[in-house]
Amino acid sequence: MGLRNRNKRRDIVSQVTLDNAFDRRTFTIGTAMGGLGVLLAARMGYIAIAENEKYELESESNRVNLSLIPPRRGWLLDRNGAPLASNRADFRVDIIPERTPDPDRTVAVLTDILELDENQSADVLKRIEDSPGFQPVEVASGLKYDQFAAVSVRLPDLPGVVPQRGFSRFYPTGPSVGHLIGYVGPANAEEYEEQDRNPLLITPGYKIGKDALEQQFELDLRGVPGARRVEVTASGRIVRDLETREDVQGDPVRLTIDGPLQDYAARRIGLESGSCVVMDCETGDVLCMSSMPSFDPNSFSQGIGRVEYAMLRDDERVPLRNKVLKGLYPPGSTVKPMHCMAFLDAGVKPEETIICGGGRRIGNRFFNCWSNHGSVDMAKAIYQSCDSYFYHFAQQVGFDHVARWAHKMGLGEEFPLPVTSQFYGTVPDPAWKKKKFDQEWQPYDTVNSSIGQGYYLTSPLQLAVMSARLATGDRVMPRLRLTDEKPQFEHFDFSPEEIGYVRQAMSDTVNGPGTAGRARLPFDDILMAGKTGTAQVVSLSISNGKTGPWKYRDHGLFVFFAPFDKPKYAGAVVIEHGGGSGSAYPIARDVMTFMFDPAKGMEALRPLEEQWGGTAQERLNQKYRAYAAAAGEAVPPVPERDEDIFDQVEAEARVAARQPEAIAEEASPSRVDTRSAEEVSEDTNSARPTSPGSTTQATPADDPE
Amino acid sequence: MSGIVPDPIARQPWRMLFPLFVLIGFGALVLFSAAGGSWDPYASSHVIRFLVFLPMAFVISMFSRELAQFFAFPVYIVIIVMLMAVEAIGFVGGGSQRWLDLGFMQLQPSELMKPGLVLVLARFYANLPIGLIPTWRSVVPAAALIGAPVALVLLQPDLGTSLALAFGGAVVMFVAGLPLRWFLAAGAAAAVLAPVAFFFGLQPYQQRRVFTFLDPESDPLGDGYHITQSKIAIGSGGLGGKGFNEGSQSHLNYLPEPQTDFIFSTMAEEWGFIGGLVVIGAFAMILGWGLKTARESQDRFGKLLATGMTATIFFYVAINLMMVMGLAPVVGIPLPFMSHGGSSMMTNMICIGSLMMVARWNRRAPRTGLIS
Repeated sequence: MGLRNRNKRRDIVSQVTLDNAFDRRTFTIGTAMGGLGVLLAARMGYIAIAENEKYELESESNRVNLSLIPPRRGWLLDRNGAPLASNRADFRVDIIPERTPDPDRTVAVLTDILELDENQSADVLKRIEDSPGFQPVEVASGLKYDQFAAVSVRLPDLPGVVPQRGFSRFYPTGPSVGHLIGYVGPANAEEYEEQDRNPLLITPGYKIGKDALEQQFELDLRGVPGARRVEVTASGRIVRDLETREDVQGDPVRLTIDGPLQDYAARRIGLESGSCVVMDCETGDVLCMSSMPSFDPNSFSQGIGRVEYAMLRDDERVPLRNKVLKGLYPPGSTVKPMHCMAFLDAGVKPEETIICGGGRRIGNRFFNCWSNHGSVDMAKAIYQSCDSYFYHFAQQVGFDHVARWAHKMGLGEEFPLPVTSQFYGTVPDPAWKKKKFDQEWQPYDTVNSSIGQGYYLTSPLQLAVMSARLATGDRVMPRLRLTDEKPQFEHFDFSPEEIGYVRQAMSDTVNGPGTAGRARLPFDDILMAGKTGTAQVVSLSISNGKTGPWKYRDHGLFVFFAPFDKPKYAGAVVIEHGGGSGSAYPIARDVMTFMFDPAKGMEALRPLEEQWGGTAQERLNQKYRAYAAAAGEAVPPVPERDEDIFDQVEAEARVAARQPEAIAEEASPSRVDTRSAEEVSEDTNSARPTSPGSTTQATPADDPE
Repeated sequence: MSGIVPDPIARQPWRMLFPLFVLIGFGALVLFSAAGGSWDPYASSHVIRFLVFLPMAFVISMFSRELAQFFAFPVYIVIIVMLMAVEAIGFVGGGSQRWLDLGFMQLQPSELMKPGLVLVLARFYANLPIGLIPTWRSVVPAAALIGAPVALVLLQPDLGTSLALAFGGAVVMFVAGLPLRWFLAAGAAAAVLAPVAFFFGLQPYQQRRVFTFLDPESDPLGDGYHITQSKIAIGSGGLGGKGFNEGSQSHLNYLPEPQTDFIFSTMAEEWGFIGGLVVIGAFAMILGWGLKTARESQDRFGKLLATGMTATIFFYVAINLMMVMGLAPVVGIPLPFMSHGGSSMMTNMICIGSLMMVARWNRRAPRTGLIS
């Protein structure tokens, strides 16, 4: 069939059929050509007209290179307008890793030009390795113009290297404000994602606040970036400048901090590890909150080196923790005046006396006092710090009532401050103990708590607030940001006589027959009132708390206000392992001296600093040099993320905050109770006569001076 | 025509020449801009080449039918020999080579082969007895005539030109009246063999280009870069373009090869959709005239020759425009009469000359209408 068909068809082929086929087929070809022409025209119309906007945008983004000019960061000012954090113009060099094909060679060349040492170039390489690539890595800042120019000239050989004129953050008082202000640093990958991939964050040289106030006021301080638009070729060569918009500097933030006082207090703490808070009683302004030892925020802001970071991390005095907010200590006897206010509120008369026979029987147990005080009224209980008085009246009014007042006075409370975190601490009461341990409140719990021991934990800030509230009888709220309005505080329901009574008793602690005679201010007309406190750290069987290994020594505490009859300033000093309150109140005395007469204050500080080997900044630098020399290259690298720097410290600290009882055991294990919870419950059940109080009452709570 | 215009001028095929001059002139303007606003190096040599090749086209158009038929096979053989010479030189020199150095110019024999192949196939079918059309004897010699140069060009390797040769040859065979089912069968076979050829016949860089064409965004900075940048250039031109000498894509080097393969994108960026319509319209007029010339021809040789030449020009235009608009993979095929480049200008002007020749034959013996 097929064959015949083909033969048949072959017969039909002729000139005419061929011509017809030609005409048909050329027509087909012509139609196809025309069709394709229409298709091409339509396609072009679609690209050029329907999608014009998209492609015009892409063409512009090809042509125009927008580089952001990082805004100058707003200044952080103290209450008098002096800068605690400012900016310094400098020359800097960054590397953008993803544009650098051979980082090792590039860093080697830069090391040569910029005269970096081995540690620094190793740090840079490590940071390049850890970087997400698009984010600039700082090689060096604070360069001399010559070095800057030398890098600029060699740019064609150094792909990915960005030299620029910029500003770096500068903290004039360095370590004194480290914990208070925090520091700045390049945004990390998480922060970049969080802030909607704000291109400003990956602009070379741009830094954001990383901790404390720098972080809290980030949006105020940031400002508006400037921009420079340039026309570039495909290979990135700049053809011409199109336009430049200047940056707008961030707003300054004015703090309530008194810069010099902050610095003085930090330096006066000296070799000790501790903190000092001073507040204005009338406004709640926090005038100083120094925590030492500290770090130099200038180093952090320039990208801290591995060695320096290792030094800070390995220090047993935790220079990375802000002790004002995150240090928790048993308040010891410093809470006694506040407890007296609670007794007054419960109807106890100041004249009511008890007999201290070197201790007092509560229930069926005898609890020791640190001394035999004989007949004790409220005033003597305060200035002589008699424990028996508090055992008795706390038991009489009930510790629930006392704890309520502790909260009213600021203990166990958080304050509305612009800080990254603050710890509550613990004010123990029956409900708390039931919830925490599922155990009933026992008389010895009242006894322990009545003298600021046991489960009691407070931060130095809380102690300072307590002291301010005690001094004024007002619910003073601390604040860090200065405003013109004068805040109004609720007044506690105390008569002026009652407040005056406690003031007088606290003044007597310092100026009378009290426990802190050496704290007397060197002025005739200004008298400081205060209360000492000592918190034991380990059992007496390990250390007597005054000598021996540093970390076994007692904490020293002191709360104060001045002038005693018309309180203007109040505060607290806590010295970790200071060996008793004797380490704390001389600092409070000098700080308040500086407050009223700076010259006299400096007179007291200078000989001390000579003896210590320089100011806090100088000592930190010396320490770093010594440490770096000793450690050399054997120092582990800096953690990748900036947060890690604080993670370690924070981790312990956070645990501590959630389980204050664990700290209580560690910080003050032996004063009242050395046993585990199981042992305690056993004891309770079997009612054995060995009370926790009676086992370890040989040590005085306070140093009589 | 009118009495004012002298007859020798009036009888020239202005329907083709006018759009041709438009394209050449427009091309010169675009090349002027592509050189950053300078006649050198592209625009001036473009115009000079045209002024050299236009007389050549007129000379070709003077050939008689007999002379053209006589030279078909000798020319074909000479070009085949030249292709083999290129291959031999490349083999001896230890690298691939596409051109012969004639001293005064570099000649690409594969370019010459495009009109040469059309000529020899037209000659073959014109003299083939009509009765043999539906038999193997119409196919096998033609297949050999096409296969030899295609194979030699593939060896170079130059996929674009071999495809152009195969396309020109296939069009001539198609209009020569070979049975339609053979083409359908060949098409089906090609569809089956294409994947095989793709994976075993193509160089890796060619395969990559095809993949990139299918998904240009997959590699915007590598192979997809050309297509993406070309589309940006065309798209950002909009309706009226950015203005003469204002194209940022071409001037700032984002567009690759702005003077050769991507000249249409360079043009579209500065002249917009309107410029594009002018170019496409001019090509439509030239190709339309070419097809009309073929249909008006009375003899088989003229018909096949004119159709093949038109198809050869069409192939250039279609593939180039599809490429720059992202409808075809990137193959190095320039746009006739606009792109800067001697070989393509020569090939296309030979095609134009041949078409003018057929048109002249048509005029000599006008179609009577009833008698074919």
